[in-house]
Amino acid sequence: MRNILPILTVLLVIVAVWYAAAIKMNAAWTYAQANRAGTEVTFSEVVRDTLNQERPVLPAPHQVAAELWATTAQKKITSKRSLVFHGWVTLSATLLGFAIGTTAGILLAIGITHNRAMELGVMPWAIASQTIPILAIAPMIIVVLNSMGISGLIPKSIIAAYLSFFPVAVGMVKGLRAPDAMQLDLMRTYSASDNQTFWKLRLPSSMPYLFASLKVGVAASLVGTIVAELPSGATRGLGARLLSGSYYGQTVQIWSALFAAALLAASLVIIVGVIEKITLRKMGMAA
Amino acid sequence: MKKPVIDASGVDLTFQTKDAPVHALKDVNLQIDKGDFVSFIGPSGCGKTTLLRCIAALETPTGGSLTVNGLSPDEARKARSYGYVFQAAGLYPWRTIEKNIKLPLEIMGYPKAEMDERVKRVLDLVDLSGFGKKFPWQLSGGMQQRASIARALAFDADILLMDEPFGALDEIVRDKLNEELLKLWDRTGKTICFVTHSIPEAVYLSTKIVVMSPRPGRITDVIESPLPRERPLEIRDTPEFIEIAHRVREGLREGHNT
Repeated sequence: MRNILPILTVLLVIVAVWYAAAIKMNAAWTYAQANRAGTEVTFSEVVRDTLNQERPVLPAPHQVAAELWATTAQKKITSKRSLVFHGWVTLSATLLGFAIGTTAGILLAIGITHNRAMELGVMPWAIASQTIPILAIAPMIIVVLNSMGISGLIPKSIIAAYLSFFPVAVGMVKGLRAPDAMQLDLMRTYSASDNQTFWKLRLPSSMPYLFASLKVGVAASLVGTIVAELPSGATRGLGARLLSGSYYGQTVQIWSALFAAALLAASLVIIVGVIEKITLRKMGMAA
Repeated sequence: MKKPVIDASGVDLTFQTKDAPVHALKDVNLQIDKGDFVSFIGPSGCGKTTLLRCIAALETPTGGSLTVNGLSPDEARKARSYGYVFQAAGLYPWRTIEKNIKLPLEIMGYPKAEMDERVKRVLDLVDLSGFGKKFPWQLSGGMQQRASIARALAFDADILLMDEPFGALDEIVRDKLNEELLKLWDRTGKTICFVTHSIPEAVYLSTKIVVMSPRPGRITDVIESPLPRERPLEIRDTPEFIEIAHRVREGLREGHNT
């Protein structure tokens, strides 16, 4: 309970700053309108107008909240205007991409820790892959896959996987190398095989590292999916919502899609965190 | 004439490091008989741990010959001739004490029923019955180290190699564990090699004390203890005990001056 007060204070400050910024940024439009009509506006009229414009530069918090409410709770989830519908489209691609990326990352890490040649041969490429701006490569991947007849969920998932495999691989390499010299010596005194050392020592040791990177990976997957929805002319998904909002100057729609994406990411990270807690507690390593 | 369990003659070990080769062991000659309790004592850098690691085939000597149970150290390890106890307990935090003790048994492929029976027996041996289901962090440092000794005893190795196992524990716990270790040694008849920094510990425990000195690591004195096998803690106040301790101290000082 002691945490509530600071959290609320920060939230309050953010909302206050947001309202102030909305008034400041949207006022220009209000003054221009009044000027054209040849009327004078008082300050209270300016405030009222700036917080209720249809296409504000910066929508006010209550406008975003109302839009979020209207497009989730008050729409059928099969409707094209429902954020739940678009959120699910994005989420399904995110989860598939995350699964692919995590599997690839773990396999890559196992290869790298077991084979020196693989470390030297693959690691630089993995690092290079992350220096390419995803915005540049995403349209190419989608176009190439489309020409091969693959469209819909898979191309988005591949881009999500592309972003999430790297943190998982890096974290897992560190985790698999976590056992110290003494623990490895102990396995040697038992003449344990590499396989036994892996399953009984390296893999369990890596669990805390794996979960730390899974949290980064799942958020990166969501970003990857949204980016993949931007250039493809997609009509479904949170990315498509963002794009169509910006085409038509629907700032309220953009912001509500943004918030939906942020809430989704936060929920995914929290879910991974809960699984982490349960797993580590079962392993007797409750943090 | 019975053959020694561990037989080192002219053992040499030089580590190749970046700046200069380090002469860790030089011309080490030593015979250890079955049922001996041998302590290796000396300042840091004298090669006592290195010698123990050579016996365990964790290091390979660069010269001389070394046999364990008449085999090369590598073959002896594969034949599961020894259990090794490290400075830290090194229990896996994600395994219960029971599961930790099962670790070597799992690796060596013992049948399930036999594992349970062995775990029960060694837990009893180190006086930890009833703690099998606990996780390591729920135990004190001394209990953790006892569990790690149990782990080394779980399979039937007749040699126990111990590298400063009680170095991180306080004096009172140490005394108690030393007393228990002697009882355990008496009951199991194992051959024990024990590395230590402490003169009283070495004298109290050993039938044979190997005094070593550094640069290059070598043996300067081997003392056969005249103390009886049965040793209450009070034996440390007897003149015989003090005399041996004195000889060990002299040996250490001599090695330090040369």
